[in-house]
Amino acid sequence: MKTFFFHLMPYADLDLSYTERHNSAWVTLPNSYFDRAVGQKLYARYIGELELADQLGFDGICVNEHHQTAYGLMPAPNLIAAALARSTKQAKIAILGRALPLVSNPVAVAEEFAMLDQMSGGRIITGFVRGIGTEYFASGVNPTYSHARYYEAHELILRAWTEVGPFRYHGRHYQFDYVNLWPRPLQQPHPPVWIPSQGSSETVEWCASAQRKYTYLQTFSPVKSAKKAFDLYRQVAEREGYESQPSQLGWAIPTYVAETDEIARRELKPHIEAFFNKFLHYPLEMRMPPGYSSIASTKSLIESKFAFRMMEMTAENLIELGMVVAGSAATVRERLAAYARDLGVGNLIAMLQIATLPADLTEKNLRLFAKDVMPYLREDGARTPRRVAEPATP
Amino acid sequence: MREATIEVAGTRLGYREAGAGATVLFLHGAAGAAWDPLLDRLSGGYRVLAPEHPGFGRGQVPDWMMSVGDVAFFYLDLMQALQLRDVHLVGHGLGGWIAAEIAVRNTGALASLALLAPAGVETREAMFDDIFAWTVEEFARRQFHDAKLAQEWQRQQAELDIDIGLQNRTALARLGWNPRMHNPQLPYWLHRIDVPTLLMWGEDDQVVPFGCHVPFKREIRRAELVALPRSGHALPIERANEVGTRLGAFFRGAKG
Repeated sequence: MKTFFFHLMPYADLDLSYTERHNSAWVTLPNSYFDRAVGQKLYARYIGELELADQLGFDGICVNEHHQTAYGLMPAPNLIAAALARSTKQAKIAILGRALPLVSNPVAVAEEFAMLDQMSGGRIITGFVRGIGTEYFASGVNPTYSHARYYEAHELILRAWTEVGPFRYHGRHYQFDYVNLWPRPLQQPHPPVWIPSQGSSETVEWCASAQRKYTYLQTFSPVKSAKKAFDLYRQVAEREGYESQPSQLGWAIPTYVAETDEIARRELKPHIEAFFNKFLHYPLEMRMPPGYSSIASTKSLIESKFAFRMMEMTAENLIELGMVVAGSAATVRERLAAYARDLGVGNLIAMLQIATLPADLTEKNLRLFAKDVMPYLREDGARTPRRVAEPATP
Repeated sequence: MREATIEVAGTRLGYREAGAGATVLFLHGAAGAAWDPLLDRLSGGYRVLAPEHPGFGRGQVPDWMMSVGDVAFFYLDLMQALQLRDVHLVGHGLGGWIAAEIAVRNTGALASLALLAPAGVETREAMFDDIFAWTVEEFARRQFHDAKLAQEWQRQQAELDIDIGLQNRTALARLGWNPRMHNPQLPYWLHRIDVPTLLMWGEDDQVVPFGCHVPFKREIRRAELVALPRSGHALPIERANEVGTRLGAFFRGAKG
């Protein structure tokens, strides 16, 4: 199994009592809660943590995109990736991902990724997402076009990477008379594409199709939902006439390692609870803007998942649900290895900085994970075919 | 009142109809199609046609529907298909916006235009709050001046099929997400409206602020403004009698 360090770059100094006055950490939380000087320190710290992961031998480091929120300070993740392209040496740099429907010019996304691929020596992994519901409030993009813009932008970007230009693209949402990428990406035929999602079957089927074979990444959800999504991926692959590999699946999960189980749980508790109860906090209307999902999936989300999200989560029930792994190195590696076997997943995307988790505990977590968990997972993963279906290696 | 459907330009449209006499074409607001008390009242003296906008209710948002302007062309097709003449076109909120977009395109089939707190035009002084961020409770509260009516309305809505509510919001977002519930170009063309026009507005409207009447009043030559004190947005329900009486007088005056 390959291990990645995923950083959300949250505004860790968030005054958690904001919930007494505001109903969201997204879009409407006044940015008077953002202290400029704290911001500077956080960017320096977080980029340092990603660089440390590279030095510690992680297979990759991951950033992502969110707008107008304390949850993550990367509205432009490619800026962070660009800094990392120069300051890291070995690790893959995964941008998970750019929110395609939000942009008015997908060619610019293709260009930026191509630049990053060149600058990093072919180390980037690209990710395409629709962005969560709140982003449509932040960007003004009409959520009823979310799917259509996503598919159109994706098609345009893939063509821009792989076809000789100039060519003409006249879609319903994007029109260009000249698409002719300078630079072309370094990796052939194009940088790997990973698709993070919370398990929408439409997304899983789209990733698994034989013409794409995109790595599907299940994010922050109970282990049961992850299993369901991965099983669907394998079924689709079979239907499409190929056998999917563990490397085509990834699982993103907050992970915390300390000296003992007891210490780990005690140290993690306030931060993981802040993550789910304070940072992932938004009203239903913002999470599900009209037309963002089909009526059927909107209804099922309202009924099941969101109800569960709205619950006040405790560290204990998060661990129980398999939404977090925490404990001594022995506990964590056994848990993760067991999950990896059960889920058949070949990429672990460990979120090792969590909400308010301070610098010292984050560094301890990274170091313990790298020293006492990662090597074990690697060996364990060696039993699964590692080489296959890595879509593009330089 | 009877319910029927008609196919217009490849799209199936549901509508309610009642009464006899000159035609009143009523275009509903963001809350969705309903046989409001105002329609009941008007059907005593007029043939009232109340369509459910394309994409609303049990429909799907049609591919062609990308803006209120598209819906306006669609209703011009409808009037042609039904061979409607001398129509009294009435629109409420979103429906008022659609009615205005129809009238700037072609008033040939219209006898008059009545805009009840129309969306569609915003001013810097009177900007809309974000309708898409409202909870169901807030949506109800803002429609009505009387809190009891708001609660009653919300209770009725809760009994409706949730699919219809979600579909209505989706269709509304298609038309009004960005720019939010208005068309910045519309004020430039309001001068084209050459039929007698009645603007009616609740002075306490919490959905489309009263101040938004200014450009309509200024740009439409034959516009008359009726400001309703102690009134909110839900005029066809909460002020059905008063609005019905005023509309009757206005229609009679506009005839011929």
